[in-house]
Amino acid sequence: MPYVSNEEVTAAVQDRSSEQPAAGRVARILDSDLFHSFLRSKITVVAAVATLILFLLSFLAPWVAPHNPFDLATISILDARVPPIWQEYSDPRFILGTDDQGRDLLSGIFYGMRISLIIGFCSVIAAAVLGISLGLVAGYMGGRVDSFIMRVADVQLTFPAILIALLIDGIAAGIFGGVDREFFAFYILIVSLALSFWVQYARTVRGSTMVEKNKEYVQAARVIGIPSVIIMVRHILPNVMGPVMVIATINLALAIVTEATLSFLGVGMPPTQPSLGTLIAIGNDFLYSGEWWIAIFPGLALALLVLNVNLLGDWLRDALNPKLR
Amino acid sequence: MIGFATRRLIQALIVMLVVALLAFTMFRFVGDPINQMVGIETSIEEREALRERLGLNDPIPVQFLRFVTKAAQFDFGTSYQFRQPVSELFAKRIPATLELSLTSALFALVVGIPMGIYAGLNRESPISKLFLSVSLVGISLPTFFIGILLIFLFSVTLQWLPSFGRGDTVQIGSWWTTGFLTASGLKALILPSITLGLYQMTLIMRLIRAEMLEVIRTDYIKFARARGLPDRLVHFRHALKNTLVPVITITGLQLGAIIAFATITETVFNWPGMGLLFLQAVQNVDIPIMSAYLLLTAFLFVAINFIVDILYFYIDPRLRVGRP
Repeated sequence: MPYVSNEEVTAAVQDRSSEQPAAGRVARILDSDLFHSFLRSKITVVAAVATLILFLLSFLAPWVAPHNPFDLATISILDARVPPIWQEYSDPRFILGTDDQGRDLLSGIFYGMRISLIIGFCSVIAAAVLGISLGLVAGYMGGRVDSFIMRVADVQLTFPAILIALLIDGIAAGIFGGVDREFFAFYILIVSLALSFWVQYARTVRGSTMVEKNKEYVQAARVIGIPSVIIMVRHILPNVMGPVMVIATINLALAIVTEATLSFLGVGMPPTQPSLGTLIAIGNDFLYSGEWWIAIFPGLALALLVLNVNLLGDWLRDALNPKLR
Repeated sequence: MIGFATRRLIQALIVMLVVALLAFTMFRFVGDPINQMVGIETSIEEREALRERLGLNDPIPVQFLRFVTKAAQFDFGTSYQFRQPVSELFAKRIPATLELSLTSALFALVVGIPMGIYAGLNRESPISKLFLSVSLVGISLPTFFIGILLIFLFSVTLQWLPSFGRGDTVQIGSWWTTGFLTASGLKALILPSITLGLYQMTLIMRLIRAEMLEVIRTDYIKFARARGLPDRLVHFRHALKNTLVPVITITGLQLGAIIAFATITETVFNWPGMGLLFLQAVQNVDIPIMSAYLLLTAFLFVAINFIVDILYFYIDPRLRVGRP
């Protein structure tokens, strides 16, 4: 039997993820089944473009927004509750009108969407990291560790995510007290959303890990004595990421909605750093006095964002589902 | 069957114990219960006496056991903000939440099932496509924003329906109040139950449509058609019956979700139910109410899951054979 050094086997095992020339990669993406299926679905292309525009508007908010709603020097209470531009008594400076403190609503929506998106992305990443790690460990280790993690997941799955997020938020408020709540709100939200949504990742990753760990490449890696942690992260993880991406896309929409709901209920972002949900909550108080735009426009922006992300997620799920091809 | 039920029951009990442990940890360790109960002027000796009297110096397992025993008798302690027993507060508000949840579940089923059947049988018709687009929008709109839109349209602009509260209620028995028996109570139910049920309605519709599409293709439906049975019989007697199995599971599980989402709807419509109470508790860090709500909803969910499992067993004969 010819002698094969550890390094050579490791290199062979790792070869799967070796670098490709950048141009070849782009060409491969443009020629892939996924990209063709993307172009075939008109509504998906529209949704992708719309999502891209919304993302750009939010992340470039400081440059594209007509006003800075956080700059106290430029806002004036005299401009409060100005209606949108096509109504009487409007002000050409404020296209969608202003809120109760005289902040430009359009700029507020851009900045609010930015906060919603940042929280959405951070919480999806946090939930994915938590869920993937626990799923990998459960699937790879098996036995007691596995059944413990999965029992916890089962118990948590009996509760809707929004309830868990609410509870965690309440507990966090109890621990940190009311004083620093404004400062901590952002982090509390991310943690509570991550703890509410990790289960789906864990279950999916556990399932695929159990399949992968019996394949030859994992056994080969094991035989040459690579530590379990490295096997899990470098060898198994890349092969179980496909479904994770689908869950992450669908969960991004869910996380944005949940964050908006928490903020609307008054346990999320404070009015000093409003997300879309906070803006709607502020506007809700003025709905009855005829100032409908303060609640409705941020709400429509939220709905538009969620709808487009959902459309992308639906397409991705169907496109990657081998049963539907 | 009995073995199956017992196993499920034991699992349910374990889940309840875990939740009770969580609720107890919250109750006991988040903030100091004594600080919440007494004012600033209470001396340290008095605090210690109260601590001893409430048993907060006992070993933790003893305290947990006492917590579980009391919770099993619906004794959840005293609310920090209302200074009333938590169980009384809940008893007053349970009817409002249950009436709202049941009405919206009914709305979801009565509207969702026919829409799903239609969309499943007439796949290419423009109305089916309209149903599907509407359902996508319905899924993308957050519950609270649907509520706001409905209030804006029907209460503020058209002024047809009330936007908050339960209207007039009628007392039945010692503690049940119902809004079903008065005109204003029924009117007050319309907007909240549509808000709450819309998501479930779209879900049921999509589910029935998908199941219908699948069942219609099977051999026994083709055979029923070949025998010359009228469409009506094939669709409703043969096809629909087999689509209902997953619908029952989902509906059962969604009943739990409805109760959870009632929190949001109740806030939007100022509906005096359990959800509103829970939300106020979260905002004011009223831990006894929070832990009681956790226990109560967990109990409801576990009970619903158990009943659905048992129902499943009856509906689907395949489950009865060949399973250990």
